[in-house]
Amino acid sequence: MPEPERDILGGYAGDLLSWVMGRASSGDVWVTIMSNLNIVAVASLADPACILLAEGVELDDGVRERAEVQGVNVLRSGKNVFRLCAEIASLI
Amino acid sequence: MADSVNFHFDIDGDNFTSAGEASVMIKKLLRQMEFSPDVIRRVSVAMYEGEINMVIHANGGTADVNVFCDRIEIVLKDNGPGIADVRLAMQEGYSTAPDNIRSLGFGAGMGLPNMKRYTDDMRIESEVGRGTTIYMTVNV
Repeated sequence: MPEPERDILGGYAGDLLSWVMGRASSGDVWVTIMSNLNIVAVASLADPACILLAEGVELDDGVRERAEVQGVNVLRSGKNVFRLCAEIASLI
Repeated sequence: MADSVNFHFDIDGDNFTSAGEASVMIKKLLRQMEFSPDVIRRVSVAMYEGEINMVIHANGGTADVNVFCDRIEIVLKDNGPGIADVRLAMQEGYSTAPDNIRSLGFGAGMGLPNMKRYTDDMRIESEVGRGTTIYMTVNV
């Protein structure tokens, strides 16, 4: 992870990028099933603490490299969005 | 009138995957100029939405960002198809984006509303068949 020191202050779940940019807060964990290159630009502007890819979504090498360069943390899980949000909410 | 620092970007209309590079660059420049995180976020998100719109609808365009001490002005100009009904286009959820764009997570009909939401002033000049120019101001 390029920015491992970031604290998670809250969360936002969604796949429509303009909603994420309009509603997610800096420091959120952003839970999504979108994995295309545009999520890196959205994350670097909306400034979530990390992107969390749900449902075991794969991240291709180009996206991974771009995220690394732009300092965007990307995590993955095989769990679904609902389960992930519930578990994260119980921790913060 | 106070002096301003000006940045110009050409937005490539063919390359959807690189869309947003100008906004990311502006974010870095504003950070170097030590603007507050809130101002930087508002400017860069509003500009990104505009960039994406120009790539989706207008085959690219130009972005000019003028940085003053007390405000940041953004001018986005394209020679695309224009907006027939600006009031309709400003409604949340209204979109004319094609399906292949929607599958990438765009086309939610939130672009123009987000630009208004994140700026202190926004003005749209558009002529069908000629293009669109959007003026936005974020007060510092």
